[in-house]
Amino acid sequence: MEPQSDSFRVQVRRRDGLAVLDLFGDIDGFADVALDAAYSEAEAFATPTIMLHFGNVGYINSTGIALIVGLLARARKTQRRLVTCGLSEHYREIFNITRLSDFMTVYADEESALREVAVA
Amino acid sequence: MTIRALRRNRRRQENAPSALPAQPAVAPEAAAVPTGAIVPLDIAPGDPLLAYLQANQSSVIDVQRLTLDSDGVRALRAAGVRLALPLVSQGELVGLINLGQRLSEQDYSSDDRRLLGNLATQAAPAVRVAQLVRQQQEEALERQRIEQELRVARLIQQFLLPKSVPDIAGWEVTAYYQPARAVGGDFYDFISFPDGRIAFVIGDVTDKGVPAALVMATTRTLLRSAAERLVSPGAVLEETNNQLVENIPPKMFVTCLYALLDPASGRLVFANAGHDVPYRRTRAGVVELRARGMPLGLLPNMHYEQHEVTLETGDCVLLYSDGLVEAHSPTREMFGFPRLQAMMGEPVDGNLVPFLLDRLRAFTGPQWEQEDDVTIVLLGSRPGGNGAGEPEERRKVLARFELPSRPGNERLAMQQVAEVVAPLGLAQGKLDRLKTAVAEATMNGMEHGNRYDEDIPVLIEVARETDDLTISITDRGLKQPIPEAATPDLTAKLAGQQSPRGWGLFLIQNMVDEMHVTADEVHHTVNLVVHLTEGAQRGTTE
Repeated sequence: MEPQSDSFRVQVRRRDGLAVLDLFGDIDGFADVALDAAYSEAEAFATPTIMLHFGNVGYINSTGIALIVGLLARARKTQRRLVTCGLSEHYREIFNITRLSDFMTVYADEESALREVAVA
Repeated sequence: MTIRALRRNRRRQENAPSALPAQPAVAPEAAAVPTGAIVPLDIAPGDPLLAYLQANQSSVIDVQRLTLDSDGVRALRAAGVRLALPLVSQGELVGLINLGQRLSEQDYSSDDRRLLGNLATQAAPAVRVAQLVRQQQEEALERQRIEQELRVARLIQQFLLPKSVPDIAGWEVTAYYQPARAVGGDFYDFISFPDGRIAFVIGDVTDKGVPAALVMATTRTLLRSAAERLVSPGAVLEETNNQLVENIPPKMFVTCLYALLDPASGRLVFANAGHDVPYRRTRAGVVELRARGMPLGLLPNMHYEQHEVTLETGDCVLLYSDGLVEAHSPTREMFGFPRLQAMMGEPVDGNLVPFLLDRLRAFTGPQWEQEDDVTIVLLGSRPGGNGAGEPEERRKVLARFELPSRPGNERLAMQQVAEVVAPLGLAQGKLDRLKTAVAEATMNGMEHGNRYDEDIPVLIEVARETDDLTISITDRGLKQPIPEAATPDLTAKLAGQQSPRGWGLFLIQNMVDEMHVTADEVHHTVNLVVHLTEGAQRGTTE
């Protein structure tokens, strides 16, 4: 993986039919390279759905939103589904305001996501 | 016998043909002219007949025998004139006595001609006197008409100008209006709104007198009508312009400044349609309050820049008309903007308006003939104000700090503001939103304003104003404008048609109750306002 900033790191794993990016720290401009590399790693699992797990994210700024938009565009281009879980109430509001939640399902937690993805 | 005199003076001889009423005659060539009718005759200014008449004063001229090649002669003959007697007074041809054929159909005798010659000699000065009297009467009537018009113009203006200034706790408003003799098109107005805000309007219509007064009345009505429906000064001017442009006479327009004051917070939002730029006097000096915009009534669909400032205790804002800055001294030197700005900065004991007027009078001298209306409106935040209106009591600065423009420092801003406002006990959702807004605004200031130059800090002030919490974030963006916050098009971004970035201002605007951007020549300030009262809270999850 690419070097990560002090305030941000990513772990990529596979669980059932999901590729999961566990995000830690702050998502801002510093997260760009690490996030991009982690997403590429997740793509390698060849799952139809990739999940961004925000459970350990404390801060997302507008540049971070732009990075997520970039990942979403990339997923749509490769006919993958991008979903999220673990967003705090504040960032759920931001995902609503920015309409990101119109394009990526926001699950409360990982288990909820797994249940629905398994059904799908 | 009827005598009709040609009233003619030198000026009219030079400039225009004139009517020559003639005694009707029963001449073969004028048989169709009935007895008693008055036939107007025109003699062109260059007609040789005029020179002939001038040269033959006191003569009785037999028109039938004249050999001049003259349209005037032909006209006299056609009207049946037999004899013409020039009336010359002090060398000037002032009239002509024309006689047709005698009613007895006898020729005029030599006695008749002598009598007529004497009559012409004596009548000429009398006619001249009568002409002068009539001319004076006409001039007096014209003067009366002009005076009456000026009275009407003054009446319109005085009727429409405010009868008093608004009484606002903690604020002092002073208005001064002195029309020029010709009555220009200055006006000012105060518009009060139910929420306590007050609009200050000052304007100037091109032209003078009644036309300017009527356009002023129309503009005032349109402004008030727009202000009833629209809040933002820019929108009010835009609407007024679009209405006025269809109703204003050609070559007329109106300059106008519209400023909306919230007395509780001292926030002054303003837009300007080509009017003289107001000055704001602060403790730090005198600055212009600039906002661009075309005068009203020139072109439709104009956009008016809107800016805002927050007035501190002791600040004042001067609105004025060009009659002040364009006043001349006896040596024709103009009062001018730099002089006014410099005077604004002088220490003044008491109200600034009498001080400025004293200086103006000293500059113009006692014999000054005022060229244009002089209008001054001064809005001052009163240091000795009382009760809730006192700005010092209303507005309390909780913290003020600087951060170097370094990537990532927005998180410091966010954390420090959160610590400062912690005692206020904001609900978690409201606090989270405020933190995001502070971070975004700080990041914008560092990146776009200060270009991440670590030597240029962003300034952050946290203040409580009555029931509002205001975070002001200032950068040195110079004259680079901050764009309007627009809703990003996510679909276009996902399709790769737009950059995935561009969320900052949109986020800020959605995270706080109000966002206001102000600017001067050097700085941008983004003011983030959070309402602290329950009733004003947003209806989102807390």
